[in-house]
Formats: sequence, C-alpha cells, structure tokens
Amino acid sequence: MTMLERLAAAFPGVEFEQVLDPPQDVAHVPAEAYVDFVVAAKTAGFDFFIDLCGVDYLRRNPRFEVVVNLLCLDPAARLRIRVGVAAPDPTLPTITGVFPGANFYERETFDLFGILFSGHPDLTRLVLPDDWEGHPLRKDYSVGSVPVRFKGSPKAT
Amino acid sequence: MSDTPNVVTGDLEAPTTEAPEELRDTASESAAARREIHDMWVAGTEEPAWMRSYTDEGAQEMLEADQDPAVDLHRGTVVEDDFIFEEPADDDELQILNMGPQHPSTHGVLRLHLELDGETIRRVKPIIGYLHTGMEKTAETLTYMQGSTNVTRMDYLSPMHMELAFSLAVESLLGVEIPERGQAIRVLLTELNRVSSHLVWAATQGTDLGAVSMLIYGLRDREYILEFFEKTTGLRMNHNFIRPGGVAADLPDGWEEDVERIIEKVSQGVAEYEELLNGNPIFQDRTIGVGVITPEECKALGASGPIARASGINWDIRKAFPYSGIDKYDFEVPTGKHGDVWDRYQVRIAEIWQSLGIVKQVLEKMPPGDYRTPDRKVTPPPRKRIDESMEALIHHFKLFTSGFKVPVGETYRAVESPRGELGMYIVSDGRERPWRMHARTPSFNHVQALPTMMTDSLVADIVATIASCDPVLGDVDR
Repeated sequence: MTMLERLAAAFPGVEFEQVLDPPQDVAHVPAEAYVDFVVAAKTAGFDFFIDLCGVDYLRRNPRFEVVVNLLCLDPAARLRIRVGVAAPDPTLPTITGVFPGANFYERETFDLFGILFSGHPDLTRLVLPDDWEGHPLRKDYSVGSVPVRFKGSPKAT
Repeated sequence: MSDTPNVVTGDLEAPTTEAPEELRDTASESAAARREIHDMWVAGTEEPAWMRSYTDEGAQEMLEADQDPAVDLHRGTVVEDDFIFEEPADDDELQILNMGPQHPSTHGVLRLHLELDGETIRRVKPIIGYLHTGMEKTAETLTYMQGSTNVTRMDYLSPMHMELAFSLAVESLLGVEIPERGQAIRVLLTELNRVSSHLVWAATQGTDLGAVSMLIYGLRDREYILEFFEKTTGLRMNHNFIRPGGVAADLPDGWEEDVERIIEKVSQGVAEYEELLNGNPIFQDRTIGVGVITPEECKALGASGPIARASGINWDIRKAFPYSGIDKYDFEVPTGKHGDVWDRYQVRIAEIWQSLGIVKQVLEKMPPGDYRTPDRKVTPPPRKRIDESMEALIHHFKLFTSGFKVPVGETYRAVESPRGELGMYIVSDGRERPWRMHARTPSFNHVQALPTMMTDSLVADIVATIASCDPVLGDVDR
C-alpha cells in the first residue's frame, strides 16, 4: 500500500488526482480536514515543507484557495494540497505547528490575499507596510489604482 | 643543575618545556623569585631547560595564575555548550539592536531585529519587504511571452534559473517538447549561471569574514562568465534568453573557445580560493561549528539546496526530478555532515567543480539541430519567412503583441537553483496571461531559517551565517 493509498483510505472526503508532467499528486482537501490531512501527510513521509500560497479564483465558490506543496525525499514524490477557503471572511487554521516553515508563507498569504490563519503566532503583514490598505493579489485589487498626482501636487520642502 | 654551563658555548641542547624539579613548585616563593630572576635577566643564555617563564612574552602558553575561566572560554579551550548559559537574562536586560536594512553584510535590504544578552543573540526576527515590487501581481498582467522578462529580475544572481523554472512550468501546461539542442543550451547556461552565482557567494562570504581579496578574485572570475552571457544573450544580467518554447537564439559563433576559456580561468581561480581559505585558521575559526542547522530543521523550515546538503540531506532536484535532459550528464551531489557554515562552504565549492564538469560534458556532446520548438503556436516563424510572407509577418506580430494561449490548468515546476529549490506555481485560465503565478524562492525560506541558525550564538557569527545562506533579497521580497 503506497503512502497515497494510505492517506486516501484515512481521508475519504479528499479527492486525489495525478499530474503527469512532472509527476506530482494533487489532493483536494476540505477546509475542515486541512490540518489533520497535513499532519497525516507529514507522518506518511511528506515531511519536507516546500511552499504555501494563495490563489484568488474570484467568481468561483469557494473564492480562495490555499495551495500547500510538500515533498517526500525517499521515494522522491511531491504532494500538492489544495484547500478551498470561502469568500466573505476567509479563514483557515494555521499549520505552523506542523511545519514552522509555513510561518512566513502564511504571513505573506495574509498580506497579499487577506486570508486569515487562526492560531498563527504572529499574523502581521510581511512584505507590505503595516498601514497598507487592501490585499493586492486579490483579483478585485487593480494594478495602478493608486492615483499619482503630478500637477499641483504639494512640493517637497 | 650543577653541570649547566655558565657561558653558552657551541650548540645548545634542544630546550625542553619541562622545568627543573624544584621550579615546578609554583607555590613556593623562592621558586617564583628564582624564575623571575631567570626570566628577566638570564633567559635563554644560562639555563635552557628552564622554559617555563615568569613573563609570557614570546611564550605560547599563559601562566596558570592568568588562566581564569572566562579566558579559557574565550580561547575555546573550554567549550561551554555552544554558549548556552544556565540563567538567561530577563527580557528587560536584553539589548535590542537593529541590523540593516542598510548594513552591507546583509546582502541587500534584509533587516534583522536582534535581542542581545551581551555578545549573545537571544532572539532574531528577520524583517523583509524592503525590495517588494509586487512581481507576482505584475506577472498577471504580462503575457507568457513577456513573463520571463519579469521573473528574471527576481533572483538577479541566477536569472537563468528563474527563466528556466518559468519556461518549464509554461511548457508543461502547453505540453511542448524542447529539441535536444535547446535543452543542452539551457543546461549549459544554467550551469554556468550556477558557477557565476557561487562565485559571487565566494566573494561576499570571503569579504564578510575578513578575506577582502576574495571579493576581487570572485568578481574577477565571474566576469568571464558574464562576458559570455553578454555575447550570447546581449545582457549581463536579466537575460530573458530562456523562454517558453526554447531559447531566444542559438549560441554565437566561437562559443566553444569562450566556454573553454571560462572553464580554464574559473578552475584556476577556484583552486586559488581553496588554497587561500581551506587552511586559513581565521576562516576556519569563524566558520566551523557556526550557524548549525540539522536535517530535521531543514525539512521543517523548507531550507533546500546547499544548506540542506551541507546538513547531510542527499537531495538534488536535478537527480530526483530531472529537467532539460540534465540526467544525461554525469555529476555528483556533494553533501556535508554538520550543517555549519564550513560545510556549506565546502558543498558550494564542490558544486562549482561539478557544474564545471557538466559544462565540459555539454561542450563535448552539444547536439546539432533546432534550439526552439517547431510548434508554431509558441515559436515565431523564422526571420527569412517574415520577409517573404505577409502571413508570417502577421503571425510574428500577433505572437509578440497578444501572445499565445495556454490551456486551463495549474502546475508546479521546480529547478535546482544555486540557492536551492526554485519553484513556479502557475494557474492558467486558458488565456494568454497567467491567472496566478507564484514563485517559491529558496532565499525566502533561508531568511526564515536564520533565527534557527543564529539563536544563542555570538554577534560576530551573524555575518558568517547570513553570508553562508547566500540570500538574494530580490528573491526574498519579489
């Protein structure tokens, strides 16, 4: 029984699909089972934390998706966990307790998408200034929406 | 001592460090007085056997009276468990120090928020974002054709790897195959880029640890590679040469001689660095046992590349998930044992040799053929056809103005950049611009791992640790 079959047996609500180029497995995980699934994946051998990022699908329901990439060194295998996060108040439990490396990635995702990670030790903006308004990687945050005044702008003293 | 001559004549006996029996009694005052007279007035002339001195001038060892525990600790004869003391200071006794973002040893605009207990670091908080330019948002407004101009600016020391990761991701969504020559050119350029990036690392690491001449040597040797890149791609950095569908152009005439010259010059240079640094006691003191990270910590924090390999993880994406036909070439994955700065130094130097070996093999078996895919969906028609055919001109124009469409899907492709795992996550909605592009950059994880490496070490080890992580802040902030 492979690692993935064990995971699939333990989590019947999770849908698996395989991407062939390059070979990697994708797991669509419901938000309720998210942390449990990450813990199970870590125990099953996917113990190298690679990546966590957000995607904004705007018109899809649930609107946001958090994508976690994990790696198993031996045998070499990748697992991508995709979790849907519903729109008006996007919240997901943190996985920093499982993988401390998720810390910065969750802060970045909060910063740029406004997805809250409950239980995160220090959920503050990471790359943008603290007083920034909005979350730029959301699809309804347009590029160049900050007006730049040239004529009549206050002179620097 | 009766037979000791009063006047030195002829050859002296080889001096021993053993003092005469009666003088080993350090407690006795008369013995101390005799030793003082001996040292002050007659050392080396009268009684060569009395080498234990009263003064420590010229002596290699200190007097026992001067040996106190703090001195022992400082000299390293007594190791007190990596400077972890029993009673840490209270929080209000800690000194807070900001290092950066303008500090030259932070390799860019990294800011470290340090809490110091004397010379010991108790807490570190990396603060990033000073170079954030929203490149992931920009990528959503650029076509796949233009995308590589954007990503190449992220990690400006290894732009080829950024372009390669982006191109591989787009190609696996498109299902496009790259001809052998295109793949070999990609391998050649990325491996040369790995060497040039490691040379910058060697230069800055040397400078940060006091070997300032390394800066000159490292940048001097990197220049040969940058000249070749300039000749091939037109630019020294931010090449936009590796594109979805292949590479932008074929290699220039006479590239073999250039590459041979690079191999020769860089081999000479790297051999010199090893000679300069390997046996250098200052370099050893400042690197061995400094900034240690264990394999388990690497996995949990996502620290990849040379850092993971130096801690003993035998992992290289080129071996595990080969791309661009890199599995056809023969190379080894150097690993370390201890995960300290010294092992990272050794691993990176070994990687330079391995990459030069790959470059040599590419030189020998560069296949003939096309350098980009014949698929006209992503490749513009040949230059000659544009002169003859209106359709070809329109095709070319459309390709470069509106780009090509990529099927709906999402993929993650990773390459082994000089810093570690460099991944591109691209979500396509079927149009000519990515719906979402996320770059998983190695430096981001390494900056995050800095507190693990630094906590409870000394202030002086900060620069050594940062330099050994080789962070590129363009890569961290994006």
